[in-house]
Amino acid sequence: MFEFEYHRPESIEAAVKILKDIREGQPLAGGMSLVPTMKLRLSEPRELVDLNAIADLRGIYREGDNLVIGAMTRHTEVAKSEIVLDAIPAIAQLAGGIGDPLCRNRGTIGGSVAFNDPVADYPAGLIGLDAKIHTSERVIAADEFFDELYETALVKGELVTKIVFPLPEKAGWAKFSNLASRYAIVAVMVSISGGIARVAVTGAKNKVFRVSEMEARLNESFAADAIKDIKISPDGMNADIHADAKYRSNLVNVLAVRAVESASA
Amino acid sequence: MSDNEVSMKVNGSTVSAKLDSRTLLVHFLREHLNLTGTHVGCDTSQCGACTVHVNGIPAKSCSIFAVQLENAEVTTIEGVANGNDLHPMQKAFRDNHGLQCGYCTPGMIMQAIDIARRYDKPTEHEIRHELEGNLCRCTGYHNIVKSVKAGVKAIHDT
Repeated sequence: MFEFEYHRPESIEAAVKILKDIREGQPLAGGMSLVPTMKLRLSEPRELVDLNAIADLRGIYREGDNLVIGAMTRHTEVAKSEIVLDAIPAIAQLAGGIGDPLCRNRGTIGGSVAFNDPVADYPAGLIGLDAKIHTSERVIAADEFFDELYETALVKGELVTKIVFPLPEKAGWAKFSNLASRYAIVAVMVSISGGIARVAVTGAKNKVFRVSEMEARLNESFAADAIKDIKISPDGMNADIHADAKYRSNLVNVLAVRAVESASA
Repeated sequence: MSDNEVSMKVNGSTVSAKLDSRTLLVHFLREHLNLTGTHVGCDTSQCGACTVHVNGIPAKSCSIFAVQLENAEVTTIEGVANGNDLHPMQKAFRDNHGLQCGYCTPGMIMQAIDIARRYDKPTEHEIRHELEGNLCRCTGYHNIVKSVKAGVKAIHDT
């Protein structure tokens, strides 16, 4: 691993000031993605800004018809939170399926969102639930936040502070995991609210995408039958030793159906 | 880069050090404190042989920098026994042949102790799910699951 300067700010303001001032600062959240890449020299930050001492970034609470989760909330905390289980159980289920129990004890929603791994779960969860990402500078809709492969709308020195989820009428999550890494081969978050359905898919392509044909059918009838005959084209889908494009395209259909069934249960 | 002071509690005792920021917690424990019960079993943060408790919560010490733990409380496998009396979970692993080479065992026990805190009577399925972050190449997990089940029962029966 390359040498780095270590910073441990105790407030969001202090963290942003450091990140804006120094040339190339890297925020450190749970470290479950960052530290392994540093150990393998796949990433070489020279300045690390540890966010773990910032109490303001933690917390799970309801705010009217919204569920708010602080950026430094651990996956384990989300998975077992009574507030989350009551408000949007699909999010607790998503968090509980990330990686393994030890990774979940450290990994955070803010880190996952800011990293935007193409086979991670939270980006699909946020888009599938029309979440708003609050940063140190602004509020960004999930649809506008996630770009391709590890790229997001965040600018230098901008920190994710909390995620705000409007409570859906129904939401369901279904994931087919790689048994070794537990990343998604394909995973789908489905929700409906005010007659508008969302179907967000991760793992199949280089970025999370929505399936508009399925959404249109679900707008009319939020039921598995409405979408079970919709085939997605495998064009542009990931192919590797775990699953080829055709397999993934079939999984999108299978998991979307399961997610709808789970949402309606 | 090299002059980061950190002070934390390890197994109940305060330790202070001046460290290169790159020093992983597992290396701090093994090489600076000679607590070699915590093991390095992979380089991809998958195997869990490095599992310790940080502020009571199991974590992979290979993926945390020691300098992050100012004022934290770390417990390693060396810290779970009560003097010469094995922790009930350690005893359960011994009684149920829960180890062969023993390399994964400290990590298994640290996670298992946390399982006992959160479950009254975990099923085999739940135990296997909770051990997904701890890999074993010897046992096929069969006796590890037995040991955890027995250990949880022993802990709750006392």
